[in-house]
Amino acid sequence: MIRRVPPTEPFEVERHLSKNEALHGIHPDDTYLKPGRIPHIWCPGCGLGVVLNAYIQALKAREIPQDRASVISGIGCTGRAAGYLNMDTYHTTHGRAIPFATGLSLIRPELSVTVLSGDGDLFAIGGNHLIHAARRNVNVKVICVNNFNYGMTGGQSAPTTPLEARTSTTPYGNVEHPFNLVSLAAASGAVYVARWTAFHARFLVESISEAFMKPGFTFIEVITPCPTGYNRPNKLGAGLDMMKLFREKSEIHHGLDPNEAELDLKRRIVVGKFVDLEKPTFADGYEKLMNGDPKRA
Amino acid sequence: MRFWRLPLDAKKYSIPVGELHIIDDRCKGCGYCIEFCPNGVLVLSKKFNVKGYHPPEPLPGKEMECVNCNLCQVICPEFAIYSTLKFSKELSEEDIERYNELVRQRRKDFHE
Repeated sequence: MIRRVPPTEPFEVERHLSKNEALHGIHPDDTYLKPGRIPHIWCPGCGLGVVLNAYIQALKAREIPQDRASVISGIGCTGRAAGYLNMDTYHTTHGRAIPFATGLSLIRPELSVTVLSGDGDLFAIGGNHLIHAARRNVNVKVICVNNFNYGMTGGQSAPTTPLEARTSTTPYGNVEHPFNLVSLAAASGAVYVARWTAFHARFLVESISEAFMKPGFTFIEVITPCPTGYNRPNKLGAGLDMMKLFREKSEIHHGLDPNEAELDLKRRIVVGKFVDLEKPTFADGYEKLMNGDPKRA
Repeated sequence: MRFWRLPLDAKKYSIPVGELHIIDDRCKGCGYCIEFCPNGVLVLSKKFNVKGYHPPEPLPGKEMECVNCNLCQVICPEFAIYSTLKFSKELSEEDIERYNELVRQRRKDFHE
């Protein structure tokens, strides 16, 4: 005879809200953030919060619901952004954010797939994935946060560290030439390329919301202050001092050739929208092929 | 442009007045909102929050100068500040005079 165990009755558990959870819901943007996760781990004066905020404002501006948006991020300080958003997000392996995003955007074309990751993730270890995703023109929105170093691991020199800058692995000055990220993305075939700084928060919101409406591979570089990793060895002050530097040195040049978009903290930072063109996306071409294009028959 | 009297169509326009909401315990004291507020409404307070930072507070006497532009909300990395519309006030002679003063100041700064 089988002994039947009565189903356990659910009982009331007194849930103790943590302090962070109790604070959740006070701010109007808290619907986009996971309960109890804010305050985030980023340093005081870090520009990553501004980028996350700008992404949320852009979602609000375009009225994209949370279940129609997805954020994919790699490893690094910026990679933590996926954990804070209250939507379908992926925190993927190092440098492989774009392959995950490519797969997701092909299988669910109605989703707005955004890759929110850092310069070390997208251009150092994931450089090849980025250029080939741009070449194929897959429908992925890339927001690359450039803070000139590997912030999370302790401020080592990255492919974007300017010449002669000091980092923890280049204490006498960096001898490697940095990448020009916008130029690389434009040469690889991105349909929308822009560069902003954390100071240009309103422009950034506008740019991200413009990219949401653009089918194809869009690339937005955001220059942010890194008060702990990059500013300290280079004597650039706190995050606010770096923001003042951005205000002083940045020049807006829309439609400039990305090769001439200079990024030099001592001379000038060229920001603006550099490339905006129309191209058939990878999914379009594939669908045409599957449905039997009369020209090919 | 400077005005020499209250414009005749002043009744068509109004100045929004915003109410600031600051979540003290989320602030990490980066100072972005204080530096970039277009009207200079905010100032670093002397009080401490839970984490030991000084959160911002409206400058005493300048609370009514917030125009609800929401720049502080957009630029705050910590989701700790936002503003809502309190009411809209009508244009008065004082506002025009203050605007003229601002233009004069800006012109002076530009030439220097």
